[in-house]
Amino acid sequence: MRKTLVPAAVAVGAVLAALLVVRLTGNRYAWFAGYVVLQYIVLATAWNVLGGYTGYVNFGTAAFFATGAYTALVLVLTVRPPLPVMILAGGLTAGLLGLGIGYLTLRLRGVFFSIATLALAVVLQTFVMNWDLVGGAKGVSVIRPRPAVPFTDYAEYLFAVMAVLAAAAVSFAWWVEHSRLGRGLAAIRDNEEAAECMGVPTLRLKLFATTASGFLMGVAGAPFPYYVTLVEPLSVFSLDYAVNSLAMPMIGGTTTWLGPVVGAVLLGTAQQLATVTISSELNLLIVGVVLVGFVLLAPQGVVGLAGRLASRRRR
Amino acid sequence: MLSMELLANALVAGLLLGGFYAAVSLGISVSFGLLDVVNIAHPVFVVLGSYAAYATNRFLGLDPILTGLLFMPAFYGLGVAVYRVYHAGFERTGEESLRGLVFFFGLLFIVEVSLLLAYGVDYRLVEAGYIGESIRLGGIGIALRLLLPCLAGVALTAALHLFLSRTFYGRAIKAVSQDGLALRLMGANPVGVKTIAFGLAVASASLAGALLILIGPVEPSLGREYIGRVFAVVVLGGMGSIGGTLAASAILGVAESLTSTFSGPTWAPAVSFGILLVVLAVRPAGLLGR
Amino acid sequence: MGALLEVRGVTKRFGGFRALAGVSLEVQQGERFGLIGPNGSGKTTLINCISGALASDGGTILFRGRDITGLPAHQRTRLGIARSFQIPRPFTSMTVLDNLLIPLEYAAPGRASRTDATAAAMETLELIGLAEKARLRPADLTQVDLRKLELARAMAARPALLISDEAMAGLSSAEVDAILPILLALNERGITIIMIEHIMRAVMRFSERIAVLDAGEKIAEGSPDEIVRDPRVEKAYLGE
Repeated sequence: MRKTLVPAAVAVGAVLAALLVVRLTGNRYAWFAGYVVLQYIVLATAWNVLGGYTGYVNFGTAAFFATGAYTALVLVLTVRPPLPVMILAGGLTAGLLGLGIGYLTLRLRGVFFSIATLALAVVLQTFVMNWDLVGGAKGVSVIRPRPAVPFTDYAEYLFAVMAVLAAAAVSFAWWVEHSRLGRGLAAIRDNEEAAECMGVPTLRLKLFATTASGFLMGVAGAPFPYYVTLVEPLSVFSLDYAVNSLAMPMIGGTTTWLGPVVGAVLLGTAQQLATVTISSELNLLIVGVVLVGFVLLAPQGVVGLAGRLASRRRR
Repeated sequence: MLSMELLANALVAGLLLGGFYAAVSLGISVSFGLLDVVNIAHPVFVVLGSYAAYATNRFLGLDPILTGLLFMPAFYGLGVAVYRVYHAGFERTGEESLRGLVFFFGLLFIVEVSLLLAYGVDYRLVEAGYIGESIRLGGIGIALRLLLPCLAGVALTAALHLFLSRTFYGRAIKAVSQDGLALRLMGANPVGVKTIAFGLAVASASLAGALLILIGPVEPSLGREYIGRVFAVVVLGGMGSIGGTLAASAILGVAESLTSTFSGPTWAPAVSFGILLVVLAVRPAGLLGR
Repeated sequence: MGALLEVRGVTKRFGGFRALAGVSLEVQQGERFGLIGPNGSGKTTLINCISGALASDGGTILFRGRDITGLPAHQRTRLGIARSFQIPRPFTSMTVLDNLLIPLEYAAPGRASRTDATAAAMETLELIGLAEKARLRPADLTQVDLRKLELARAMAARPALLISDEAMAGLSSAEVDAILPILLALNERGITIIMIEHIMRAVMRFSERIAVLDAGEKIAEGSPDEIVRDPRVEKAYLGE
């Protein structure tokens, strides 16, 4: 019990600190930039549960993110429930999508799962572009509700919500990593056939990982309609999500919960700063090059490099 | 009311499209089907070929198919370079699964964004004498801009099939997918053979790209739309089966054409995905696969 | 009392190639059973079908009288069948100790808590002689140690039946002598062992009974002495 209490306290503390810092700067733009970084912490962590822990690469983060966003959007356009309900709904539909894709492809080689996720994003986008309720290709606008009492600005409220979600996601990843479940996932990643022969129910664990990963990505997407207010398919299905949610854990480090956080903070902040100076395409290009560089030269990521430096200094 | 003429036209257009899809899928059929290298960047190499054809067409007035053929050596070199990096970085250490995939995804991304930076999001097309023309065959109109890519695709497929079954290196490529050790005993170096094969696969992208821009306008993100198609074709046709690739391309082309005609063109990208999922669920070995 | 393991008419094809053509055999509780045959005779395929790594195309497999033919591999492991791999497949990102935690936490009956499992893992490592290397990674181990780790991992699953797939392949004489006593000690504790080996010296010394496969069929079965004198066996290995 003590083992879980300490990280939870740290997470809550970090959230409160973040809120305080941004409030003090008084800069409204900070809410938006911070929101994006926190969103990426959730997405990167979610990706890593399936990618880094289990060894299955998901190229279609946008599909799950969009599922969460569009579930929330449909709810906004119809019954307009409170945000927590939308978040839960977004997570559940995206989780189901993960379960479905997993069930169809995870009994085959990992490669087929990855290809299916890549194609999935294209297909979902096709569906959405043909869907009149959400405005088809042109999209639709939503109006933000009033923020809950302690908050005066809805942007600030969204920031707080995303901070809580980020803390929850990271806590979940921390818990998985240190549990028997996490060890099973690592066994699958290291050698799936051996894991199966050692009693690990590989299919069941893989399905858990895809469902949980999808759920978290949907959860990250649910507040998106209120964040952007104009929901168009091109921005929801942006390639940014696929690349970043993959690059951040790869650059930060894939074997631990800390890696995606480090990657998201480093890469996310860099991108937020860069968007004002360089074009978004050049920004993406740099991400791509850095990603390939890390994959080739530093597969352990920043966390791994730091670990090696520390052990070298110890000697 | 189902019009026979509409149906016939859709079928023919589908078959023609199928021939073209074969041209695009051959590269994956070789690299994934035979070499087990999951080059998901292949479609973006095809788009790269399209832009090469566009540039030479725009500034030099060259025919796209000619450009496609002329650039093949350059693309071959690109393929060799990419494979060397992939092999040194991943195959040798046995890390192909996770990191190899990410590597190719990174490549896909880098090329797409580079094209975006160079040419922007606008659609580009080529001008050639035969583009607007069509011939009539028994009451059905066949557009030349669809017919030529189809014929080129079929020709490329036939050429590859002959190469794989008649030449020494071709047979070595087929062998390396089954037994690298036996190959070594025969005096051929498996890595060298794989490098050549991968180079050829990327070289085919040059011609496929020229055909692509003949069929319709291109823009940088078009590659991603083709990933689903290409893998659907290779999986449906059976890994490593060149004949299977052609058959599956025809099936996909017809399915898309019928969907396009009767449900609307915006649904076309979903067809390949549907086929892919069904095949994976029902018969992952594909039609003619091992 | 029925046999621990009954294999009845198991067949397996790979495309057009017939790897197993109706193989039947029985292994008794507590027995030391050897499985030999030339390369490509189907030994590893048979083991894969018994352990569940491959699904057989025909025939039945009974373990403790229960039909396990359709069960996935991880369930068979939980029922008490463990195997080691010919080419060691350790979990590369984990320490030697953690490698054993996986079967202890997932396969061993009465799956233990983390602390109990750690103690049990250390015990197994002591038995097999890897205790000082518990904190090392597989990448730091010698070839013999990797083979020992394979066996230790299979043992940690607390099996009733352990299948050792060429655990000694490619080892020197001295190294073989390091592994063989471990298997004998395990058998003395009551674990039934099926040994697949090419090293005749080891198989002859170890086995109480031996079955010989050739081209997917069982061509002989009997005591080591009977097998050595069987002309069909000689023909299978040496040709006409």
